[in-house]
Amino acid sequence: MVADTSTETTKPSIGDYLRNNIREYGLLVALVIIMLFFQFVTNGVLFRPVNITNLVLQNSFIVIMALGMLLIIVAGHIDLSVGSIVAFIGAISAIMLVKWGLPAIVVIPACLVVGGILGAAQGYWVAYQKIPAFIVTLAGMLVFRGMTYVVLGGRPIGPFPKDFQLLSTGFVPDFLYFLNPSPDTIKNMVALVAVLALVGYAIFAGLRNRRINEQHGTENEPFVFFAIQMAVISLVALFLGFQLSTYRGLPNVLVVMGVLIAVYTFVTTRSTIGRRIYAMGGNEKATKLSGINTERLTFYAFVNMGALAALAGMIITARLNSATPKAGVGFELDVIAACFIGGASASGGVGKITGAVIGAFIMGVMNNGMSIMGIGIDYQQLIKGLVLLAAVFFDVYNKNKGKG
Amino acid sequence: MDNIILEMRGITKTFPGVKALDNVSFKVREGEIHALVGENGAGKSTLMKVLSGVYPAGTYEGEIHYDGELRRFSTISDSEELGIIIIHQELALVPLLSIAENIFLGNEVAEKGVIHWPQTFARTQELLKKVGLNESPATLITDIGVGKQQLVEIAKALSKKVRLLILDEPTASLNENDSDALLKLLMEFRSQGMTSIIISHKLNEIKKVADQITILRDGGTVETLDCHKEDVSEDRIINGMVGRAMEDRYPPREPKIGDTLLEVKNWNVYHQHHRDRQFLHDVSFKVRAGEVVGIAGLMGAGRTETVMSVFGKSWGHKITGEVTMHGRPVDVSTIPKAIKAGLAYVTEDRKQLGLVLINNIMHNTTLANLHAVASNGVIDERKERKVAAEYRSKLRIRSHSIYQETVNLSGGNQQKVVLSKWLFTNPEVLILDEPTRGIDIGAKYEIYTIINQLAAEGKGILMISSEMPELLGTCDRIYVMNEGRMVAELSKQEASQESIMRAIMRSGEKH
Repeated sequence: MVADTSTETTKPSIGDYLRNNIREYGLLVALVIIMLFFQFVTNGVLFRPVNITNLVLQNSFIVIMALGMLLIIVAGHIDLSVGSIVAFIGAISAIMLVKWGLPAIVVIPACLVVGGILGAAQGYWVAYQKIPAFIVTLAGMLVFRGMTYVVLGGRPIGPFPKDFQLLSTGFVPDFLYFLNPSPDTIKNMVALVAVLALVGYAIFAGLRNRRINEQHGTENEPFVFFAIQMAVISLVALFLGFQLSTYRGLPNVLVVMGVLIAVYTFVTTRSTIGRRIYAMGGNEKATKLSGINTERLTFYAFVNMGALAALAGMIITARLNSATPKAGVGFELDVIAACFIGGASASGGVGKITGAVIGAFIMGVMNNGMSIMGIGIDYQQLIKGLVLLAAVFFDVYNKNKGKG
Repeated sequence: MDNIILEMRGITKTFPGVKALDNVSFKVREGEIHALVGENGAGKSTLMKVLSGVYPAGTYEGEIHYDGELRRFSTISDSEELGIIIIHQELALVPLLSIAENIFLGNEVAEKGVIHWPQTFARTQELLKKVGLNESPATLITDIGVGKQQLVEIAKALSKKVRLLILDEPTASLNENDSDALLKLLMEFRSQGMTSIIISHKLNEIKKVADQITILRDGGTVETLDCHKEDVSEDRIINGMVGRAMEDRYPPREPKIGDTLLEVKNWNVYHQHHRDRQFLHDVSFKVRAGEVVGIAGLMGAGRTETVMSVFGKSWGHKITGEVTMHGRPVDVSTIPKAIKAGLAYVTEDRKQLGLVLINNIMHNTTLANLHAVASNGVIDERKERKVAAEYRSKLRIRSHSIYQETVNLSGGNQQKVVLSKWLFTNPEVLILDEPTRGIDIGAKYEIYTIINQLAAEGKGILMISSEMPELLGTCDRIYVMNEGRMVAELSKQEASQESIMRAIMRSGEKH
């Protein structure tokens, strides 16, 4: 209470900085440790090119839904219905493709629109009728699951035409094959070039950001951290990229996911919509009194979630090559867990896209690693539950410690 | 001769990087009302937290002697056991439980975990009689006003066999009648031999009841004044609090009043919740350019409701009436439209309604006018930083940087952030609702200076305040409201505490 009277900015020591940002570094470190751990106990299976590809394919939909869920949670709500939306969209995409014979190019946008409508149907009750999202989406979860059974008549539909399957099983073709220096090891040059380009851009953008911050007298993280962080991320990315390039290259899903992550990071950090959602989650009344249409923001957060759940639904259905009434059961919990592991606050206003993505990967790597080890689904659930609790406890502990 | 009930010696309490209390000494005589005053951040609340065991023994240096013995409290219940009860500014009552349940919460009249209701009610009745509260013990807290809730808190303290009652800003949210009743009650307790410590910003009240006044400044004891030995004036107290003579609490201003900006006519509003009750009746008022207009009235008179219903219909329903700006009718039916029409509303409750506390100064500053620092929905960070830095230095917001979370700012600086937010929308009429509540005298002066500057720039200011001296000191014209009606309009010359009170009382007789 007296500290705020000083206008002098004292330069924080490296230790201070680490303490203040322990959450972000901690998350990244945790992911790396978990990866190394499973790489070790699975005797190197985890990082095999085939398995990395599988990891991406298996987790893409969790990551994609986590992007929407993060916005919902930051806005101060929750969405329990995404697993059921996944199933319902899978079902109607199957009907449109298989029974009606519509082309994928029509079905995909149609399903996204339907997903948006399902989200809107829930967003209306939450935003304009002020019914708690927990209740509305619990109802949605039951309703959409029921609708899935109804439209499928209780029976799975499949298989799907090839072009639709490419959504989840396709790879980016190797149009850069002529650059390939060693076709014996590297099977797909695009993957390698893309990863190199991304890493290069990340370092360039990071340095540029630091320079801009310096010009405006904004605090930068200590260079050591920046360097270590960049080095770790780059090495991991390059390693994964190289592994992928020795197999079939970049899965289409990975590209979709990457683009979405970039878009949502931008929206949450740079756009007015993102800013308003954070403000609303932090204090809805104050935000409303600042002239912001909080109802509309909430409504669109749910529409967005519905559309992303629809995309995830199509990816899963295409991957399984069959629409079943039981698809996506329990997905909502994985998605929500990813956001909370990633540092989102259950009371709203706090959370980052990068956190949610890393959270989703922590869940994914654990699922995958434990499956390889042959741990049963029973223990997998138990362990995942404990990890979630530990991550959130870590948050709460840090917060309380910070208060002094 | 005087029996010292409490003596705190050389109390020093350090938070990381900050010395909140520095060698504070504090002595209270048995059976007196002892006032503890000081600016926000002077250390009053911290000192009381040390006393009550919120900060356990060992986390501070110094000694607490109570009843002649050295005490080391490690929890609140340790101090409560000895009759030291603290009532915090934010009341700790559960809204949906009854008065009786609240009074005995954690201390239930029970046998083996089964509550004895008849006895609970009987004892509650007894306690309520002592504090002069005429309510059924079964009434829910949410159904009674703040003034009565305060009395329930005191009854709760009495149920714990209180010997030393500590009240932190007990009258901050009370109207004059309720405040008077509360102070009378304290004096009655004094005659029965109870000791109280009262923390307050309202110096006139302190003057009325206190036997001794201890002044804290910047975490240290400045002095203790004995009201029976010398005549302690308000200026004398302020002098001690701010460490300099405060010649004038209100900065001078030469009003340059122009054309009418905002005019509201025949404004009728029904109650937000009790939908068939008309709450505001034919309210009319206007604000001219360069003018500071006040609205005086008791709590519940409908002042906040008036301005909130004008500002985007954010309160009430079935709202009818006419709003004009520069003589032309404007649409203020939603908050964005009201802002567009040139209005800005600085809310009464800055923590709940004014700020996004977990966000930093910059994000709060630009919130109401984000598109001014963005193009096509993308925020221009450089522009935003510039705006935030500009307002930070213009309004002298004391903080590490524009990135400091507003939750960590003092009340006065928080209020300045809220002001920044609304100034950035470039309003023509700025509505201020209790703009200086709970902030210290130095910061108040700064807020008044800002108000004067804005008026000098030709903006119209409409200010609601429950502190009459503040209205009298800053306003060019004062409206008086009572029971949902404008009952008087007083020019600067006509206005005085007496004329305002007279207007309120007279209107009360009429209806």
